[in-house]
Amino acid sequence: MRKRTASTTAVTTSLVLALAACGGGGDEPGATQDGEIAGDITVLTQRTDIVDTVFAEYKEAFEAEYPDVSVTFEAITDYEGEVTTRMSTTDYGDVLLIPNSINPTDLPDFFEPLGTVEELSDTYRFVATEQAYGGQVYGIAITGNAQGIVYNKAVWEEAGVTEVPTSPEEFLDALEAVQEGTDAIPLYTNYADGWPLTQWEGHRGTVTADPEAANALAHTDAPWAEGEEHFVIDSLLFDAVEAGYTEPDPVTTNWEESKGLLGRGEVSAMVLGSWAIVQMQAAAENPDDIGYLPFPYQVDGTFHVNTGGDYKNGINVSSENKAAARAWIDWFADESGYATDEGGLSPRLDGPDPDTLSDFEGLDLEYIELAPAPDGEEGLVNEIDSQAQIGFWSPDYRQRIVDAARGASGESKEEIFADLNDRWAAARAAVAD
Amino acid sequence: MTGLATDAPAAAGPRRRLASPGEPSPRRRRRGSATPYVFLLVPLALLITFTYVPVVNMVLYSFTDWNGISRTKEPVGLDNYVAIFARPEYFRVFFVSLYYFAASFVQMALALYFATILSFSTRFRNLFKGILFFPYLINGVAIGFTFVYFFRPGGTLDTTLVALGLEGLTQQWLGDPSIVNISLASTSVWRYMGLNFVLFLGAIQSINPSLYEAAELDGANRWHQFRWIILPSIQPIVSLSFILAISGALAVFEIPFIMTGGANGSTTFVIQTVTTAFEFRRVGLASAMAVVLLLFVLLITWIQRRIVPDERVNLT
Repeated sequence: MRKRTASTTAVTTSLVLALAACGGGGDEPGATQDGEIAGDITVLTQRTDIVDTVFAEYKEAFEAEYPDVSVTFEAITDYEGEVTTRMSTTDYGDVLLIPNSINPTDLPDFFEPLGTVEELSDTYRFVATEQAYGGQVYGIAITGNAQGIVYNKAVWEEAGVTEVPTSPEEFLDALEAVQEGTDAIPLYTNYADGWPLTQWEGHRGTVTADPEAANALAHTDAPWAEGEEHFVIDSLLFDAVEAGYTEPDPVTTNWEESKGLLGRGEVSAMVLGSWAIVQMQAAAENPDDIGYLPFPYQVDGTFHVNTGGDYKNGINVSSENKAAARAWIDWFADESGYATDEGGLSPRLDGPDPDTLSDFEGLDLEYIELAPAPDGEEGLVNEIDSQAQIGFWSPDYRQRIVDAARGASGESKEEIFADLNDRWAAARAAVAD
Repeated sequence: MTGLATDAPAAAGPRRRLASPGEPSPRRRRRGSATPYVFLLVPLALLITFTYVPVVNMVLYSFTDWNGISRTKEPVGLDNYVAIFARPEYFRVFFVSLYYFAASFVQMALALYFATILSFSTRFRNLFKGILFFPYLINGVAIGFTFVYFFRPGGTLDTTLVALGLEGLTQQWLGDPSIVNISLASTSVWRYMGLNFVLFLGAIQSINPSLYEAAELDGANRWHQFRWIILPSIQPIVSLSFILAISGALAVFEIPFIMTGGANGSTTFVIQTVTTAFEFRRVGLASAMAVVLLLFVLLITWIQRRIVPDERVNLT
């Protein structure tokens, strides 16, 4: 165990302190966005898989339109982790995807405002709520996602389920039919990779049918009280696991493998955003088998599907070629066709609807986009969440629910929800101080 | 011993100088004594830049509410430390360390066993030395992934058990919360045993072989030789391994982080620190946790040194 000592102390210290070591950062503003569209720009992307193929074509098309600009890509595997660390310097590219962990209040320190919410919301989706602060927009989405459940139609048909489930009970019945009628695992949680579990959090607003659903969290002491949105969503996860409809050993799941499992019909459903549909189709023997369901909950007979932006392109506040950077962002949203190619919703209001969501046609269904936090409450829900260390968007919280449901931790659903409510209420009080 | 040896001429030096002040040696001596410091400059600069400055920064951050990104940090005094000690769940994770601590005894016992056997003339001893040390050379991430496949349902371990007719023993090695830490600790033993082994082997081989001959003439068997010659000679190495085992057990990270990500009750204090810093973005609190861990390790090492003081080994 000797080496462990040396290496882990080093790892801890360096991890925790890596951020620490790089201090400062220049605040002097570089050029403005109105200048000449010229110069070299570096674009950071998380798409390591297509940076040399699809992105190379984008570069060609863009440079043909703006001959004075030269684009360089930097693809980063651990995008969130690496970029947040680099952001303590000034060297984080000219155009970058704004990391999700940035608090809205920090946006003006690091990113160039792209325009007011009022102006941009005539043209673009997802600009009002996300990556906006103080009425200014800091990022434009590269694509948009609807939230739902990706499933294997062939398996469901084999099990005799043909109706779209409209309530958690019907959904559990469908899973049971799959369990009984086929060899497939009805629902795959992807517990081990962790982040796929956070996709369940994307269903905010689905149960309440209220765009204010996320903001309302800051005004309740008991988000997990019976009938509340998180109660409904987390209960569905808990009940499905408890009834044994999920993989037998969740701790050894594997994300890449899960795509093939769903594609081959060895798994019947997974709760994932619409971005996953294209990837699942690619891994399927017959891409037409892959279908998409809304979260099984209706208000007045209508499904409410949460839509939101994916990563947003923003401009580094200390970039020297802001005009060129801005041109890239606009071009990427308006002309690259990235969103449609990826099967996502276009960031433009007048953009085309993706084929991937054709399953939603014919359903009584409404898209909702969550409303921005009211003035003075920007980042409040995140702040309470981090104070409570619940982590709506971190896997631990739903891993705990899965552990309890499969009888591994000895906790009951009621105990977990009571504990979560207590922590939330305490954190709310602490933040209000 | 070496300390004493180098001290002696230094102490004698001035006295000699007093006796004959006309000697040219002082100038040469001064020039000579600056040289080592020049050589030390580079390693010291590296050490200060990459170890001490970050540690000082970490301690400073532990008194703030910094989220790791913001340009502003509010000082919060001792709040972070109070939060750590006020929340029992932060400390519950230390129980997980007990598994690794227990495993380190198994590890040392195995290492000592193999080191002793292979220090005598055994057939293929160099081959076995290589085999035993090999796991330590493999990249930790690769080991993590290999063992995930090894432990998963229907994986290598289960298949082997079934082939041996032991179906009854198959289970969820990582999925069952009462077993997961044992599985992970065993992986850790597999990985780090080779290092202990090499340390022990090196110490054992530095024993003068004539001692064994003398012991054999006196009618001592292998066990007697181990108990009365080998064990006392390598006692400093054993106690060093012991300190490292304790601090290692408190700071387990790599294997559980890669294999389970700390899920299913396998979270260790270091994993929790990393989660706090990078998932909850509470770098201030995480820094305080790292400081607490550092103090813990220092405290335990100090206690251990008090209980088992370093003894010089003298077999002659």
